[in-house]
Amino acid sequence: MSRHRDIRNMDYSDEYEGYDDVYGHSIDDDYYISPSNRQFMYNRENSTRSSEDGIKEEDEVEAQLTDTEKLKLESCIDEINRILGSLNIPRIDLVDFVLTNKFDVEKAVSAILDDPKFRQTEQSERKEKAPVQPTTIQPTDPESVKVVASTPKTATNVTKGFELPQKDLKLNSTPRSQSPASGRATPVLSTASDGAEEPRIGKFRDTKFDPQQLYKKERGEEKEHLYMVVIGHVDAGKSTLMGRLLCELGQVNQRIMHKYEQESRKLGKQSFMYAWVLDETGEERNRGITMDIGRFQFETKTKSITLLDAPGHKDFIPNMISGAGQADVALMVVDATRGEFETGFDFGGQTREHALLVRSLGVTQFAVAINKLDTVSWSKERFDEIVNKLKSFLKHVGFKESDVTFVPCSGLTGQNLVSKPTENGLSSWYNGPCLLDVIDNFKSPIRPISKPFRLSVNDIFKGTGSAFCVSGRVETGTLSMGDKVLVCPKKEYAVVKSLSIDEIPKTVVFAGDQATVTLSGIEMQNVAIGNILCDPQNPVQVATRFQARIVVFNVTVPMTKGFPVVLHHQSLVEPAVVSKLVSQLNKSTGEIMKKHPRFLGKNTSAIVEIQVSKPIALELYSDCKELGRVMLRIGGVTIAAGLITKIII
Amino acid sequence: MKLVEKYLDKEGEGHIVLIPEEPEDMWHAYNLISEGDSVRSTTIRKVQTESSTGSSSSNRVRTTLTISVENIDFDTQACMLRLKGRNIEENQYVKMGAYHTLDLELNRKFSLRKQYWDSISLERIDTACDPTKIADVAAVIMQEGLAHVCLITPSMTLIRAKIDVSIPRKRKGFVQQHEKGLTKFYDNVMQAILRHVNFDIVKCILIASPGFVRDQFYEYMFQTAVKTDNKVLLENKSKFMLVHASSGFKHSLKEVLQDPSVMAKISDTKAAGEVKILETFYSMLQCEPARAFYGKKHVEKANEAQAIETLLISDNLFRCQDVNLRKEYVKLVESVRENGGDVKIFSSLHISGEQLEQLTGVAAILRFPMPELEDDDESEED
Ligand SMILES: Nc1nc2c(ncn2[C@@H]2O[C@H](COP(=O)(O)OP(=O)(O)O)[C@@H](O)[C@H]2O)c(=O)[nH]1
Ligand SMILES: [Mg+2]
Repeated sequence: MSRHRDIRNMDYSDEYEGYDDVYGHSIDDDYYISPSNRQFMYNRENSTRSSEDGIKEEDEVEAQLTDTEKLKLESCIDEINRILGSLNIPRIDLVDFVLTNKFDVEKAVSAILDDPKFRQTEQSERKEKAPVQPTTIQPTDPESVKVVASTPKTATNVTKGFELPQKDLKLNSTPRSQSPASGRATPVLSTASDGAEEPRIGKFRDTKFDPQQLYKKERGEEKEHLYMVVIGHVDAGKSTLMGRLLCELGQVNQRIMHKYEQESRKLGKQSFMYAWVLDETGEERNRGITMDIGRFQFETKTKSITLLDAPGHKDFIPNMISGAGQADVALMVVDATRGEFETGFDFGGQTREHALLVRSLGVTQFAVAINKLDTVSWSKERFDEIVNKLKSFLKHVGFKESDVTFVPCSGLTGQNLVSKPTENGLSSWYNGPCLLDVIDNFKSPIRPISKPFRLSVNDIFKGTGSAFCVSGRVETGTLSMGDKVLVCPKKEYAVVKSLSIDEIPKTVVFAGDQATVTLSGIEMQNVAIGNILCDPQNPVQVATRFQARIVVFNVTVPMTKGFPVVLHHQSLVEPAVVSKLVSQLNKSTGEIMKKHPRFLGKNTSAIVEIQVSKPIALELYSDCKELGRVMLRIGGVTIAAGLITKIII
Repeated sequence: MKLVEKYLDKEGEGHIVLIPEEPEDMWHAYNLISEGDSVRSTTIRKVQTESSTGSSSSNRVRTTLTISVENIDFDTQACMLRLKGRNIEENQYVKMGAYHTLDLELNRKFSLRKQYWDSISLERIDTACDPTKIADVAAVIMQEGLAHVCLITPSMTLIRAKIDVSIPRKRKGFVQQHEKGLTKFYDNVMQAILRHVNFDIVKCILIASPGFVRDQFYEYMFQTAVKTDNKVLLENKSKFMLVHASSGFKHSLKEVLQDPSVMAKISDTKAAGEVKILETFYSMLQCEPARAFYGKKHVEKANEAQAIETLLISDNLFRCQDVNLRKEYVKLVESVRENGGDVKIFSSLHISGEQLEQLTGVAAILRFPMPELEDDDESEED
């Protein structure tokens, strides 16, 4: 494995200087690399099924191409993957399709869809090359393609009978060598050839299992699970809003609510009674502010939601970052009260920084609750005013207009939370969805369950007996009981003794879950917050130096080399130094404007080198979006967000 | 440091005899002594003696040696200065040319001879021997699970203890683990303070953190002090001062030293002064980049144009082994001064000195804007 890594890194930096220009259109753009490098990359982003195929056979075909042809090929493949991403066609086949169809994407797509092989992607042995079948050309639009693509999946599952009996879920005890390789990021293919190089210590997971099927089996019946982080300036009413929502949904026991009411009144803080549902510690209640992420569970029509109530106060932004890092979607709460919105938004409030952070952490779906409308007599003008201000800001930050919803409400009085408003002032002009429906309407993000397993440790605590637990979000892949995991950066092995989600035992957990993992075979002090648990056969990289393409925010002093920063990477918070300013980039085109700039002012984009004081586990953004993002802060202010573009070992 | 004797000829060659009196003086000595200088001091040497019968025994004797320095080591934690070199003076125990390692000791005089005493070195002697004492400050920079106990002397910031423990987060129904972890953490920090802070010398102890950590810790510490009747803490309660810092990492010390309430209390420490100047440099870089230069080449160009108003330079550049390079930096300083500019020599042990060192070690705020120079040398590329 490490051999591949080396080649990959070397090739990458030495031969393709121009790589930097191409990459860097906007912070979340997908990643383009030179064709000559592409074969060395695990293209996990697009092909969740066949990541390692690329390393082997394709170069023979591709080697005969000219440079321009190669480039054309790449863009065709990207396009096809965009359209047919869900099919996860091996690259080698894609190359064939593109070449036989003379770089015509549409033709290639139709050919693929007509190919019986890909109607059955789930089973087809990907070792053989796809027979090329140029067929009748149908204009395909992505919509119709998706339908076609999804049907065969289910169909094959049924016909081939891969529904596994429940007992088989203990993956280690029951190796299922008969099951065809139907795609994990470490599929049979790679084990067959790479396996020999790898030290097979202990029980590695049987690689021949299908996470997609397992997921369907385990979770198919359940409501889609979504993690939602609630953000916004301090005192915007986040905790109150959520507390009230939970009450309305019957998630909070009447008696407890009564108790909160009594107790908060005694303290003279009755207006915080709903907030107490989420602010549980005495410290938080006395001070009336949220300090660490509060978690709560509730259900909408089609979804099961885990709510993460983030602290709004500036000093607790590190906690907020770790909360937002675990979230799929975000709900921002703003205070509509005259003057208050302005404080939170214009005058150094957290509204802007939160939105920026959440976006930089990869959250794309966003709802804004315009709260406390009771204080402005449900004024439509006020609502519109705030919506307009936020709209242009959010667009600037990088949210798509279609991914942002605004909803008027009042947490304290409970208006427009779970049902249509009863207050005339509001119902007279608003008949859109209530908050709960807005939440229900969030699209479920794709769970990268077929990629190699990674979990970022967010908490470590003692379990029952001698064992200890770590908890955190499964970023990619799946994890089963009995699996062996590698704890990075220390590279220590551990075995999964048990798994649970919200105290409910599980045999397997998937990307997107926030799981608690009981580990054995490792000392508690050898695991730290911010560590990454990963698949030992497909580990993350470990380094102290890396390059990132960053966007510098509204800084008061410019960034130079030697700039000390606090690096946030998933749950990890480490001091670091910006050791080199490699180049300044044009913000919109990503072209290099200047090599070795003397400094980086506000709103600039650049490639910089970052040196961390001790090794950390990380990945290229191109390999794994989840572990390829970083955030730089200093003096309690977020100064830049970046994507890891090069790991220097 | 005490100056005992100073003899320099017209060319600047000569020797100076000094007695280091406190740990900080070792740091000064470290900055004074370069490779090639000769140092004379008493030291312990193991000697083999052969009796008439032929049996040999080894004894430790104290003797005075003069060595030509080849290697210099400074241990910041112990404030120990270790010099290695060849013996250059006849001695009854040590042959000429034999290697010896000499540890400078507190309250023992040593004599330092240089081919050339430059202005930077002479200036350091003045600073080191300045009898007006600036009291030391202790600072605890903390966040949940992480604390640095530092001691700030005029020219050094020393991390005396680093406490780094993982505290389980608050989870529903399992608050005890969190609280237990927190208590243990606070206790560790408190023990570190008691162990490393000498309340006789330190006149101010800063407790800095984000959020409420400092308040909680302060409360814990004094509750415990009352319970255990800890006189030292109780008597020095007024020396503690709570300040905001954005994190528990060391570089947050910068924010602490800039806090107006701290500045008022600890008056003009070198550390705080350096933070301020570096900040000024960065502000200039933001507002008028053509008046803020860094890097040797650029700064020298600015100096040629007599444009330098303030020169910021890290003392590690004067510890450079390359004699010529060192001379160039000395010349730069002298020339800036001749042209009426101000020179601030940063201690590389202070927090902003560390940053300056990363920023090539030399920077300048200019009197007037100068065109930005093209970076023709890519030599810094690796
Ligand atoms: N008038 C009014 N006050 C509210 C509303 N929601 C919250 N508040 C008050 O705003 C204050 C801050 O609320 P809290 O939920 O702690 O805000 P957080 O810091 O965002 O979590 C409390 O005093 C609440 O009672 C609302 O809809 N209307
Ligand atoms: Mg709150």
